[in-house]
Amino acid sequence: MDDLAAGLAAAVRLILTLDDGLVEIAARSLAVSGSATLIACAVGLPLGAALAIRRFAARRAVVAALNALMGLPPVTVGLLVYLLLSRGGPLGVLGLLYTPAAMTLAQVVIVTPLVASVAHQAVRDLWAEYRDLLLAMNARPAQRVLTLLWEARRALLTAALAGFGRALGEVGAIMIVGGNIDGATRVLTTAIALETSRGDFALAMGLGLVLVALSLGVSGAAHWSLGTERRGRW
Amino acid sequence: MVSVLPLRIERAVVRRGGARLIGPVDLFLGGGGVTAVIGPNGSGKTTLLRLMHGLVRAAEGRVAWAAPEEAARRARAFVFQRPVMLRRTVAANLSYPLRLAGVPRREAAARAQGTAARLGLEPLMAQRATTLSGGEAQRAALARALIGEPQVLLADEPTASLDGRSTRAVEGHLTEEAARGTRLILATHDMGQARRMADEVVFLLRGRVHETGPAAGFFAAPRTPEAAAFLRGDIVE
Repeated sequence: MDDLAAGLAAAVRLILTLDDGLVEIAARSLAVSGSATLIACAVGLPLGAALAIRRFAARRAVVAALNALMGLPPVTVGLLVYLLLSRGGPLGVLGLLYTPAAMTLAQVVIVTPLVASVAHQAVRDLWAEYRDLLLAMNARPAQRVLTLLWEARRALLTAALAGFGRALGEVGAIMIVGGNIDGATRVLTTAIALETSRGDFALAMGLGLVLVALSLGVSGAAHWSLGTERRGRW
Repeated sequence: MVSVLPLRIERAVVRRGGARLIGPVDLFLGGGGVTAVIGPNGSGKTTLLRLMHGLVRAAEGRVAWAAPEEAARRARAFVFQRPVMLRRTVAANLSYPLRLAGVPRREAAARAQGTAARLGLEPLMAQRATTLSGGEAQRAALARALIGEPQVLLADEPTASLDGRSTRAVEGHLTEEAARGTRLILATHDMGQARRMADEVVFLLRGRVHETGPAAGFFAAPRTPEAAAFLRGDIVE
């Protein structure tokens, strides 16, 4: 109970004083996970929609692979991205290892299958409903995809937020490719892990509460800006 | 504007999974008027209309409109038995086909207002389309089909799930459109509707065109015993 109370007090103090370190870490967390989610959506939403609409030989295998990749262990992703970006790896020349860009890349790999898979399921159901209508109205393939993505926006927003939540709370992969370097690649989750290992539970708890607040804040802002759950909006 | 009519269907067969759904079908539809496609359940009315609109392909034979396919496709519109509305306002549903065709948003909205006025949909324009009643939704679907001013309107049992009042309203709009020069091809199981609206009848049986001709002559004196039995209300298979 002492740790919890101290954690709450630390969280309130950190937030009210706008602690420089906290702001920097939180901003980096938002930047890394936010950009990873945006990239994952840019790739995953059209991919999921296309898989729902198009018929090709390996479609089922691709869908099964996507579903399987949703459960990718983050540390494995971190290891793979590390090997890709390490000096001897195929992308080593980019010099991205231990940078926020490497952390973003790892999170993109983790989040894209989740977004694509949910998009596929949502769009597949809508395609069954709208297929004849869209074909009858001569919608071109890209127009079909865009229409279905728009019609499925509620489910897709949920997918994006789930992806963002997974990215924001992820620690294994970014620890490996980011290195948790103070002032460079430290984010909320890696900072929490560090403070916990140091035995500073109050600070770790404070950072954890900030992390939860961030996640809730982004989710609430997304729902508010798109008007979900308001009468007549959907 | 180049006319897409007449429509010639020659020895067309539609199959699904190896099974023949309709065909071989031979049919000639000239310009103007209302053609009712009638026949018992399962005779292929819906499949024939879908074939005409390109929603299903002919495994054999051909479907030939008088204009090149791209132009012919843009000159046709389709109304389904069950209206499928996008999860948007009625106004957005109406302007959607125009937006697909690249019409600027403002012009599309203005044309949607004009079409809505013609079909008495103005009070519903701001409403979510998914909250419309069956009759309202079908009128909205009809307006959406007509907004591009098609030369040919294919309507597949457009009043099958409507009450009498809504049926009368939809029939009224269809008749009005036909009077404006839109070629109407209407699949219906409702013989009263076919008598009220059709200039010409195509009687389908077992996936083939069994009899065609002017509506008045068909209803007064069908040439085939099957058509006569169907009109009497007998079970025809």
